Amino acid sequence: MLTFTLRRLLFAIPTLLLISLLIFLLVDLAPGSPLSQIPLTVPPDVRMKIMEAMGANEPVFVRYFLWLKQFFVVEPLVLWDHWWGTAYSADMQRIVSWQSRSPVMDTVVQRLPQTMTVIGTSYILGVMIALPIGIYSAYRQYSWFDQIGTFIAMIGFSVPTFFTGLVLILVFAVNLHWFPSIYDTSLRVTDWASFTQQVKQMAMPVMVLALYNAAQISRYMRSSMLENLGQDYVRTARAKGLTERIVVMKHVVRNSMIPVVTVIALGIPSIFGGAIITEQVFRVNGLGALLIGAIQGSDLPTVQTLTFIFAVLIVLFNLIADILYGLLDPRIRYD
Amino acid sequence: MPDGAKPVLDVRGLQTVFRTRAGDVHAVNSVSFHLEPGELLGVVGESGSGKSVTMMSLIGLLPMPPAEVLAGEVMLGDVDILKVTPDQLRDIRGRRIGFVFQDPMTSLNPVYNIGNQVAEPLRRHMGMNKSQARARAIELLELVGIPDAERRLADYPHQFSGGMRQRVMIAIALACDPEVLIADEPTTALDVTIQAQIIELVKELRTKLGMAIVWITHDLGVIAGIADRVLVMYGGQVVEQAPVKELFANPQHPYTRALLKTIPSVTGQRETRLRVIEGQPPIMGAAPVACPFMPRCAHAFSRCGAENPQRRAIGAGRVGYGHDVACHWDAKTGGPADA
Repeated sequence: MLTFTLRRLLFAIPTLLLISLLIFLLVDLAPGSPLSQIPLTVPPDVRMKIMEAMGANEPVFVRYFLWLKQFFVVEPLVLWDHWWGTAYSADMQRIVSWQSRSPVMDTVVQRLPQTMTVIGTSYILGVMIALPIGIYSAYRQYSWFDQIGTFIAMIGFSVPTFFTGLVLILVFAVNLHWFPSIYDTSLRVTDWASFTQQVKQMAMPVMVLALYNAAQISRYMRSSMLENLGQDYVRTARAKGLTERIVVMKHVVRNSMIPVVTVIALGIPSIFGGAIITEQVFRVNGLGALLIGAIQGSDLPTVQTLTFIFAVLIVLFNLIADILYGLLDPRIRYD
Repeated sequence: MPDGAKPVLDVRGLQTVFRTRAGDVHAVNSVSFHLEPGELLGVVGESGSGKSVTMMSLIGLLPMPPAEVLAGEVMLGDVDILKVTPDQLRDIRGRRIGFVFQDPMTSLNPVYNIGNQVAEPLRRHMGMNKSQARARAIELLELVGIPDAERRLADYPHQFSGGMRQRVMIAIALACDPEVLIADEPTTALDVTIQAQIIELVKELRTKLGMAIVWITHDLGVIAGIADRVLVMYGGQVVEQAPVKELFANPQHPYTRALLKTIPSVTGQRETRLRVIEGQPPIMGAAPVACPFMPRCAHAFSRCGAENPQRRAIGAGRVGYGHDVACHWDAKTGGPADA
C-alpha cells in the first residue's frame, strides 16, 4: 500500500504539470486584458509601464515558468518561513494578484476559513444525512420512507442551488427574520452570543448545500445497498441466524460503501469550486467569490493559482479515494 | 431407518406462493416430507421444480414479500417453526439448522476474513468470546479439511479456491453442531473432481457428527452415491418418494422414469444425442387442479387433466415412509391405477 501511494504521488507530478500548463494556456487565451479596469484616459506609455511592472508583457512560456517557480518554490518557502521564523524567501518574488497587488496566497489563506466552515460543514452534514437515508431507503425499498426520500432527493438534485438559496432567503430571512440574508465574514466567534450568530448565518448556505450533497450521495448509497442486499452472502449471513441489524450494518453496508466512498472523496474538491454559486447567493466571502472576482478582473495569477489548487485537490482526493477503496475491499491490493 | 422413529424435521402441507406483478406463482404446493435422525434425504428435480424454494421457505430465508407461506407446518422437534417469532427463528437458523448454498464464490462476504465469518455463528449462538470462537473456528476448518487452518483464518474469500470456499461454507453450517444440514446444490458450481471431494467430505462428516442432511440436487448420480432416501419434485410438489435403491430399481412416476433415462450410460450403445424430457417445467399460476406433468407425460389420460393425483403408497407402508408416488398411472400394469 505504501509503495502504491508513493508511486501514485510520483505519477501525480507529471499529471499536475500538464494540468498547470493547460490551465495557464487556457487562461492566457481567454479574452480580456489586465488593464481593462484602468481608465482609458491613462496614456499608452503609462499602460506599457504598468504591463511591464506586472510582467504581463513577457512571452507566455516565460510567465509560465516564472509562475511554476513561484508556486512550487517561492510559496512553499514563504510558508516554511512563516512557520519556523526563517528567512529563506526574503527577496523572492511571490505570486502577486494583478488586481489587489498583494500575494495571491495571502488572500487564499484569508478566504479559506469561510469556505471551509460553510461548505465543509454542509458537505459533512450532507454525507451524515445521506448515508442513513440511503441505507434505510434500500432496506425498505418502495416503502413510504423510500418514496419520500426519493422525492426529496429528486428535488434536491434537480433544483439548482441558487434557486433553493433564494427561496430560503425569501422564507427565512425576508419573511420570518430567523436568519440574516448576508454572511458576515468579519464576525469572530468569541462568546456564546457570537457563536449563535455564526450558526445562524451559516444555517441557510449549509442547508442549501447539504440538501444538494445529501440528495446525490443518498441515491448512490441506496443503489449500492440495493445491489448488495440481493447478494448471496447476505442470505448466508441470514442463514447463520444473525440479526437484521448485523446483516445490514456489518455485511451489507461495508460492501455498499466501497463505490460510495469514491463518490464522497471525489466530491470534496468540488466543495471548493462547485460552491461558487452558493457563496455568491449568500455573499459568503470565500474562495468561490475570490475566483469569480478574479475572472471578472482578468486577474491571471489569481485565476491560475486558484484553479491549479482545485486541480491539486482533485488529484489528491482521487488518491485518497483509491487508498480508502483498498482499505475497505481486501480484493483490491495495490502492491 | 426404522419406521416410526421420531423425525427431526417433519414438513406437512407446505404451500408457498410468490406474489409478483405478473400474478401469483405457486412455487410449492402442499409438500410433505420428513427427515429422520442421521438420514440423508436427496431432493431431485429440474430447475424450477421447487426444490430450493421448499427448503428456503421452511426456514424463512425467502424474501417476504414477494414470497408468502400460505399453509403448512414445519415441526423441528416439537416446535412448529412456521409459527415462531422472527427472533426465535433466528435462534434456530445456524444453530439447529445449518445451510450450505450453491455458489461458494458469492456466498461468502468478500470484505471479511474467513475467521470472522466462521466465528460469527459461534459468537451469535454459542455465547463464545473472541478467543473461544477463534479456537473453535480453527477446529472447524481442520474438520472440513482446510490445511494450515490457523494461518488461513486471516485470509479473505478471494484467496480460496472454489472447493475450499465450499469447505468453509460447510464449516460455517456445522459450526453450532446443528441437527439438520440443508445443502442446496452444494456441488453444482464446482468441477467434477472437487465435487467428488465435497461429497466424500459430507459423507465423512455425517458419520462423524450424525446430523440429518437434506441434499438438494439435480444430479441423479450424486443422489445415487450418497442418499438414503429420495424425494422427486416436479411443479412444486412431491411426485415420488422412495429409498434410494428402490427408486433406481423400481421408478413409478413417468417423470422419475424419464429423469433416469436422461442419464447417459457409460456402457452399451453410444447415442448420438443426449436424451431429454421434451417440454418445459410448468410455472404454476394457480394451485394445480391437474397433474402438473401431464403436458409432458407419455402416459397421460383423461383423469390426469381433471384431478391432481395424491401420493399413494406402493406396496406396504404408508405415504411418506416406504415408497409412494403421485400418479394416476400404474407403472406395473401400464394402465390407470385404482382410485
